Amino acid sequence: MSNVTRPLHTAPTFAQSVWLVSNREITARLRSKSFLIATGILLLISVASVIVGSLASQNESLAKVAVVGTATSVVEQTNAFDIVESDTVTGAEALVRDGTVDAAVVPSDSADSLLGITVIALDSAPLDVLGTLSVSPDVKILQPASQNGFLAYLVAIGFGIIFLMSATTFGATIAQSVVEEKQTRIVEILMSTISVRALLAGKVLGNSLMAFGQIVSIGLLVSIGLAVTGQRLLLADVGPAIIWFAVFFAFGFVLLAALYAATASMVSRQEDVGSATSPVLFLVMIPYFMVVFFNDNPLVLAIMSYVPFSAPVGMPVRIFLGQAEWWEPVLSLVVLALSTMVVILIGSRIYSNALLRMGARVSLRDALHK
Amino acid sequence: MLDIRGVTKRYGTRAVLTDVSFTVGDGRMTGFVGANGAGKTTTMRIILGVLSPDSGTVLIDGVPVTASDRRRFGYMPEERGLYPKMKVAEQLVYLARLHGLAPASARRNTDDLLERLDLTERAGDTVESLSLGNQQRAQIAAALVHDPEFLVLDEPFSGLDPLAVEVVMSVLTGYAAQGAPVLFSSHQLDIVERLCDDLVIIADGEIRANGSREALREQHSSPRFEIRTAGNTGWIRSQPGITVIDCDGDFAVFESETDAASQAVLHRAIALGAVHTFSQQRPSLATIFKEVIA
Repeated sequence: MSNVTRPLHTAPTFAQSVWLVSNREITARLRSKSFLIATGILLLISVASVIVGSLASQNESLAKVAVVGTATSVVEQTNAFDIVESDTVTGAEALVRDGTVDAAVVPSDSADSLLGITVIALDSAPLDVLGTLSVSPDVKILQPASQNGFLAYLVAIGFGIIFLMSATTFGATIAQSVVEEKQTRIVEILMSTISVRALLAGKVLGNSLMAFGQIVSIGLLVSIGLAVTGQRLLLADVGPAIIWFAVFFAFGFVLLAALYAATASMVSRQEDVGSATSPVLFLVMIPYFMVVFFNDNPLVLAIMSYVPFSAPVGMPVRIFLGQAEWWEPVLSLVVLALSTMVVILIGSRIYSNALLRMGARVSLRDALHK
Repeated sequence: MLDIRGVTKRYGTRAVLTDVSFTVGDGRMTGFVGANGAGKTTTMRIILGVLSPDSGTVLIDGVPVTASDRRRFGYMPEERGLYPKMKVAEQLVYLARLHGLAPASARRNTDDLLERLDLTERAGDTVESLSLGNQQRAQIAAALVHDPEFLVLDEPFSGLDPLAVEVVMSVLTGYAAQGAPVLFSSHQLDIVERLCDDLVIIADGEIRANGSREALREQHSSPRFEIRTAGNTGWIRSQPGITVIDCDGDFAVFESETDAASQAVLHRAIALGAVHTFSQQRPSLATIFKEVIA
């Protein structure tokens, strides 16, 4: 018997085993309707946000202002208003009352008025109109910020949300697939065939490729969207940050994937996956909340951009803000890659020790020491 | 030839296996019998390398088994499981490829096996949509799809209908006939009795009996004989060294103290007339099992 069949069994190498496992993971994901729908929604949201942003920036219409008599020339000088002429002050007031105009500018009654005009508004002082008509001193800025604060905030939150969503959806997928194998016991056949490390590596690789593919598609769609809607300036600013984000994400996700697989392997039922993987979820959420709360604090951002869990969000934001020296992303990437390796080593130890233990949740100490 | 030598496994302070040694010979269907919790599954997991023993080794033809050797094993775990949402044929091809088969041979083997196990029509269905019996057949296919040279099957017959039992039996004996060592456990002692060449009985993590089925029967057979003759058998009561258990006209059951005494009965019976049957009562496997683990 052995002489007949032995030639068939050219044992696959570690790499071949990993590739087979990761292929199965990818096929399983692509066949899952829920995955396809979730990805579709994520892509739609990214495209929609670009389009909405461009529409909002184009529709900044001029404030409508009613003018009376001598006030007309003052208002016309500014070129900042949509002007409706009115014959009388009462007529202008009526226009304000019925909402046709945002405010009315009429000649001032009192002789000592500096500008010689009075602004009439319905229920509150119209700040935009006042700002334009006011006289303000010259301003000299010593260190101009490279990005405007609000845009920086949006970009930071954007990276944070994408990282959070991608990492949690794919993290949960990996965790489920680990427990599925454990729960259906197919893991026993797999373990008797290929090494546990190959199994773990295949899972992490397959899902990381999918997650990375998702990130790259989002990045491409957003870039194309920005270019098409004529926001090239913004694209030039965000572009490098998006590329760095993709690179950091690739490493950062592998790290999280290994953590998700290891923690999930400690339980035996799908119902327990959530509680087992919740510590990892906190690690994923930290960078999101940090950028939301501290995106204008260079020190916190700098620290975040080196801590492995938050680096995928922190470093691209700093690059976008122009706060990072050229070598900083490289150094941070090295830190991230090294910690990813350490986590994979520890993770595969937990994974291989916990896989065959059915029933009650395996304690972390047991999983580490066997 | 598969050799299990001195395998010991403890979980904490509890000894699960103590110095377990036995051999599964080439081409021998070896039945592995024991009560629940006796250590059958642990032994099989150790043979497959899924668990590592505290001490002891597993040898193939005298050489310790390696990870790449294990790809030549066909394994059916006690707890059944395949990917529920994966199609049957795809799943088999995947498992065959993990065992190192080229894509073409993986597909060929899959088709062959599905045909032999009557599952061809279900090839494109997901495992979760199959009936329990068909899931079981798919599980057997999963153990065989890579043309294994050794079979280790934990309860391969549980959950099968009688027809499927026959199909699986013929597939397994086919493997043994080609020279593969086959180790299988079962609670269905009648199946083991019909199927196995050798028998290993385990209790509380220790091997209690081990050898060919016939030798074990010999060992555990009682000195009890039955005889049916043309005439009355009442005379047997007066034979020396014989205790009659039951005597009813031409039929009698007796116990004999020595071989010579039982032979003397046979001689006298022949001298008296025709002898229709004369046989030593063979213990059933169930009887041996009860005796051994008691």
